Amino acid sequence: MHVKQISVFIENTPGKLAAFTKLLGENGIDLVSLSVADTTNFGILRGIVADYERAVQLIADNGYTVKLTDVLAVKVPDTPGGLAQVLDVLAENNIVVEYLYSFVRSAGNHALIIFRVDQLEEAEVILEKAGVQMLSQQEVRGL
Amino acid sequence: MEHKYWNKTMETMPREQLRAIQDERLRDVVRRCYENVPFYRDKMQKLGITPKDIRGVCDIELLPFTEKQDLRDNYPFGMFAVPTSEIVRIHASSGTTGKPTVAGYTSGDVDRWAELMARALYCAGVGKNDIVQVAYGYGLFTGGLGAHYGAERVGASTIPISGGNTVRQLLMMEDFGSTTLMCTPSYALNIAEAMVREGITHDRLKLKSGIFGAEPWTEEMRQHIEEKLGIDALNIYGLSEVMGPGVSMECMAKDGMHIWEDHFLPEVIGEDGKGLPYGQQGDLTFTTLTKHGMPLLRYRTHDLCVLTDEPCACGRTHVRMGRIMGRTDDMLIIRGVNVFPSQIEHALMQVEGVSPQYHIVVDRIGNLDTMEVQVEMKPEMMSDTVKDMESLSAKIQASVAAHALVNAKIKLCQPGSLPRSDGKAKRVTDNRKL
Repeated sequence: MHVKQISVFIENTPGKLAAFTKLLGENGIDLVSLSVADTTNFGILRGIVADYERAVQLIADNGYTVKLTDVLAVKVPDTPGGLAQVLDVLAENNIVVEYLYSFVRSAGNHALIIFRVDQLEEAEVILEKAGVQMLSQQEVRGL
Repeated sequence: MEHKYWNKTMETMPREQLRAIQDERLRDVVRRCYENVPFYRDKMQKLGITPKDIRGVCDIELLPFTEKQDLRDNYPFGMFAVPTSEIVRIHASSGTTGKPTVAGYTSGDVDRWAELMARALYCAGVGKNDIVQVAYGYGLFTGGLGAHYGAERVGASTIPISGGNTVRQLLMMEDFGSTTLMCTPSYALNIAEAMVREGITHDRLKLKSGIFGAEPWTEEMRQHIEEKLGIDALNIYGLSEVMGPGVSMECMAKDGMHIWEDHFLPEVIGEDGKGLPYGQQGDLTFTTLTKHGMPLLRYRTHDLCVLTDEPCACGRTHVRMGRIMGRTDDMLIIRGVNVFPSQIEHALMQVEGVSPQYHIVVDRIGNLDTMEVQVEMKPEMMSDTVKDMESLSAKIQASVAAHALVNAKIKLCQPGSLPRSDGKAKRVTDNRKL
């Protein structure tokens, strides 16, 4: 069970990120989860939106470079050590986490964390086996 | 001021006599081109002329022009007028796209080159008692070896230190007592700045003259270099296709570079392709009168300048060319390396998925030219990881270094963000004040 993440190329100059988020806002697109990876010259904005098909269309139509990536939306117990348990399971199975970031919202007593891993399908199977819950695209739409 | 000449007879020859030599040598080079270079024979046949039609300089306009593109089309050795068994040296500079521009020299050519560089060194008052530090790059680039052979010819103690490693340059300059520095003007400024950093004042050095070329520079830069290094800074000009450094050289009058007219026939061509009189600015064009390896007829340098035959204070009679005022094409000179935007485009196309939408920004920071290549993003280039994007930048940078022989900073940009005018992409922004 995985979800689609949008990644958008944003130049590292004043006003660029503001212009992009304004575009989403004006079109009623809500980022339920967001992270920005930055370098000296550019940033990669990554996020989860309810309706990714419409978001991608809109973003591309407005001249941005956008890419979809499959990621895992993992429910992690919101207690000390909760995240470590999940990471341990992945590490034991030699799955590399490229990056992770948390949702803006949480689900009850669980934190929601996005995992970008090198072997998606394997990670899904392993996490399911370990009893770790993940959100489906449908569930993300309902957030 | 006393002027010394390496070859007084030729350098101070009355212009009518010089013209007679040019007439004879022009007939000879046209015949050699026609007989030995299929490219020229074809061109002349198409124009309906044979070598007999060229009686002398007065008939120069009957001859075809040669463009850098012609050298590329005949890559690598198609422009040579002798078999490779007669060629003793091959130099190459970067071409307009992937392939370099090649030049071949016979032993006679190398000898004449040394003679002309010797004249150039004498123009700067450099002779056998001097210690010449050659900080031009040695290698395929003609700067290092060209300067080296000339310095040895006049009997100077020649230090083939090549470019770079400024601290070592200063060490040798001080310890060896170098009297003459030969390098690009921007590198001379770099050395001057390093002196300040290292706390070396110019009275600790024996430096008295500098022969600087391979890139355009200004009078202001000259004054700056002269002040900082405590020397006479003189301008030298050349290009590998025509020979290399020493096609022309400034004398101590510092008022234009003497073109050695017994070896090169210069013309200045206007936009309509017709020759312009002295005093008018146009495209500097050379016919090599004495080169045997790769003779060229009416080679368009695309360097804009003015010629004058006004008598010079130094007594030399050969025409002088003014500073290069610009280019008639889009060639850039970055730290002495010729770079065409088309090369950058070619380099980008070699990296899979990379957009051909680019913009080049050239600047001069701390006396060194910098080049940034801005590349527009497209979906195929996009990744959600920084690692992938940085590896893409590195690949582009390596391709530019391999194809254009220049180190550039790569900047990825949002689509549509690069400057365009009238729908046409603007490829270059040159922020250098030359």
